[in-house]
Amino acid sequence: MDKNNKNFQTSKAKSMMGRRAFVATTLAAGASLGLASERSSQVQRDDPKKGGTLRVGFTQGALSDSTDPASFNNDFMFAYAYGVFNGLTEIAPSGELVPELAERWQASPDARIWTFQLRRGIQFHNGKDFVAADVVATINHHRHINSTSSAKPLVADIVRVTALDSHTVVMELGSGNADFPFIFSQYNLVIHPALGDSIDVTSMNGTGPYEAKIFDPGVRAVYQRNPNYWKPDRAHLDTVEIILVADPAARLSALITGAVDLIDRPDLKTLHLLKRHPSIRVEQTVGNKHYTLPMLSDIAPFTNNDVRMALKHAIDRKEMVEKILKGCGVVGNDHPIGPTVPFFNSDLPQRSYDPDKARFYLNRAGLKTLDVKLHMADVSWGNDSVKAGVLFSESSAKAGINLQVLREPNDGYWSNVWMKKAFCGSYSGGRPTADWAFTTTYARGVSWNESHWDHSRFNQLLVAARSELDQALRGEMYYEMQGLVRDEGSTIIPMFGNYVLAMNKHVRHTEKIASNWDLDGQRFMERWWLDA
Amino acid sequence: MDSVLWSVGGWTHDRNNVYELFMGSIAMKAILIMVLQRLSLGFLTLFVVSVIIFSAVELLPGDLAQEILGQSATPETVAAFRAELGLDKPAVQRYGQWLFNVASGDFGHSLANGRAISELLASRVGNTLFLAAYAAIIAVPLSLILGILTALYRNSWFDRSVNVLTLSSISFPEFFIAYILILAFAVKIPLFPSLANIYPDTPLGDMLYRAALPVMTLVMVVVAHMMRMTRAAIINVLASPYVEMARLKGLSPFRVIVKHALPNALAPIINVIALNLAYLVVGVVVVEVVFVYPGLGQLLVDSVSKRDVTVVQAVSLIFAATFILLNLVADVLAIVTNPRLLNPR
Repeated sequence: MDKNNKNFQTSKAKSMMGRRAFVATTLAAGASLGLASERSSQVQRDDPKKGGTLRVGFTQGALSDSTDPASFNNDFMFAYAYGVFNGLTEIAPSGELVPELAERWQASPDARIWTFQLRRGIQFHNGKDFVAADVVATINHHRHINSTSSAKPLVADIVRVTALDSHTVVMELGSGNADFPFIFSQYNLVIHPALGDSIDVTSMNGTGPYEAKIFDPGVRAVYQRNPNYWKPDRAHLDTVEIILVADPAARLSALITGAVDLIDRPDLKTLHLLKRHPSIRVEQTVGNKHYTLPMLSDIAPFTNNDVRMALKHAIDRKEMVEKILKGCGVVGNDHPIGPTVPFFNSDLPQRSYDPDKARFYLNRAGLKTLDVKLHMADVSWGNDSVKAGVLFSESSAKAGINLQVLREPNDGYWSNVWMKKAFCGSYSGGRPTADWAFTTTYARGVSWNESHWDHSRFNQLLVAARSELDQALRGEMYYEMQGLVRDEGSTIIPMFGNYVLAMNKHVRHTEKIASNWDLDGQRFMERWWLDA
Repeated sequence: MDSVLWSVGGWTHDRNNVYELFMGSIAMKAILIMVLQRLSLGFLTLFVVSVIIFSAVELLPGDLAQEILGQSATPETVAAFRAELGLDKPAVQRYGQWLFNVASGDFGHSLANGRAISELLASRVGNTLFLAAYAAIIAVPLSLILGILTALYRNSWFDRSVNVLTLSSISFPEFFIAYILILAFAVKIPLFPSLANIYPDTPLGDMLYRAALPVMTLVMVVVAHMMRMTRAAIINVLASPYVEMARLKGLSPFRVIVKHALPNALAPIINVIALNLAYLVVGVVVVEVVFVYPGLGQLLVDSVSKRDVTVVQAVSLIFAATFILLNLVADVLAIVTNPRLLNPR
């Protein structure tokens, strides 16, 4: 669960996507999202019906969950955030950035000063009007000096936030960032009502589609439709009940016995059996979530790119997708840009398992054999992490590599093993833009650069692409950067995982669903409906 | 010889009322003193438990700030977190502060989400006790009856089949029994719900219905132990001369067992029952997870994984107190039901 924290963090907020690029992004996203919901074509194209109660069995959620938006770190809280609140911006099912509480925005020519025009006539559940002060207070809650917010790095570059009038907010950044509005689609940054200079972290008063009637962390939440919701074509369900069912077998039996209508993360091992069930529908969405094996590029033997290339050729990606993801995923090409992200480089040849090539790179590094230790814990990739390590060890043995898998404890893994041991397992939920993905994990010196990678050409391109206006040129740069990470990077990215859901036949949604998070970008509450 | 036999074997017979009252009051006093002694020792035990639990949580890798922030634990936010919750202070000081608060009746707040521990525990303690009581009400009489019957018909086909059945059910892991029951009684024959999700506003009838499968699981897990102990203790006593005497008098086997053998076999049986009751309160986390039952076990697991030490301490103290109290009750009952212990020479 903790691992999800990673998904929404950028170490520097100053870099979402290229300048003025969302329009282009939108087009690109539209083109590539054909892949996004491979099975959703089964869903009939029918008009949303009003009413009904949707009962959902969730995997993630804990007793320690708190209503403080600074602490949101699992699906239960993501659904809460998007169900009860709104952000300034929203990522649409097509992947494009669309206005939500902000009606429109504009940047100064250097993209350093941003002015957001807020929507008028919107009220919180308790009847209070939504105004600029609420936005200021919400942002300040995450950026103040003692903030414990996991979104703090996202807003770190904001120098000043001021309310120009009741519905205009001006934000001044330390340095220009044309993709700045993207961060306000994050669940941490949903708008809470102001309470003095800050917000009331215990309050569940939002502007969103549902009001929390029962909120019992670690157990369940019951949401009731907000009768005054301001989006006319959303929030079809009367009631949404989310029950936490952490045990996969219990989740499955709850769905089959009709105790719930929808479950997330069904057990992949039994998925082929579940698909045969006459009243159950299994859906997969190709997401950006990918599994990584970072090698610290400043520690021998990983300082040598030939060693890294040997390892990249010694992993059997196809076998991993089959055996670890049970086919619910696609092979990775050693860079973090998923097939649904704008500027995905489809021209790069797919890297495959080739022990001879691995041996060739070893020889080029002047080595006959290679001894490496791979540190894995259940949290690094999920429960089959160590098995994945063993598979890697077997496939690399054929290339003369002696890869030893060491099981690490889950506790403190992200503090004591990740980015400390030279070779370990990790994953990323992916980012909606190439710039965001690269800046978070591959730029020089950022706190999440999990391989300590520092490539001068790459870093140059990253900065240049951020401010490039010519979309073609920009695309070329991102293409080149994907190639650089693939061939000179210090991270093995063997596969991308799908989001998998199982539901009964009454659950309906639009043909395209968002792939930025599980469950339609965790906005299923306001977007989905029941047909009976 | 005869009077000794009677006073041991059939304690209700031939007793002088005055003698009984006199001896009773002395015994009551002795029991009272023992209870007070044991209770004060119990408090000492609780203190020691709290020290051990606190140290154990301290020894685990990672602290609350790191566990909550996970991969986003930048040095800056971790430091802010620790400062906010006082986690940067030395462990001894934090323990002292906690102990002081508890001594003044305040269990404090969860470090992870700031909710009051009393609020966090309230419904869960009730749920756990409900499940334990529900299971005990079925399991204890059932195992006593089975124990007596198997002792009565020992080495018969009945005895053997009961033994095979109960020993098999105790040998399987709990979650396996739970899954089998779900498959049989929720999926194949939809009699009971597979989710035992009970909430504070659930009516009693619904609670009994929804908790049926977890209770069945627990009954199957605990019956063998108590049944076997009842059977063994009775058979043990059956070898004594006074039972032979009773048999020679021509009493029926059933009467010999229930009237003469059972009272002398009660002490070990009571101890085993107490042990199993304690288990039903503290050891059912697996069943809670499989049936999504909101009890204390799940709370403890969750809090340990988040290093939420105040919650861990509160739950551990409840568990420790359960053991202490049930053992005390078992010992008192063992004395009260055994005249030899009631009237020590």
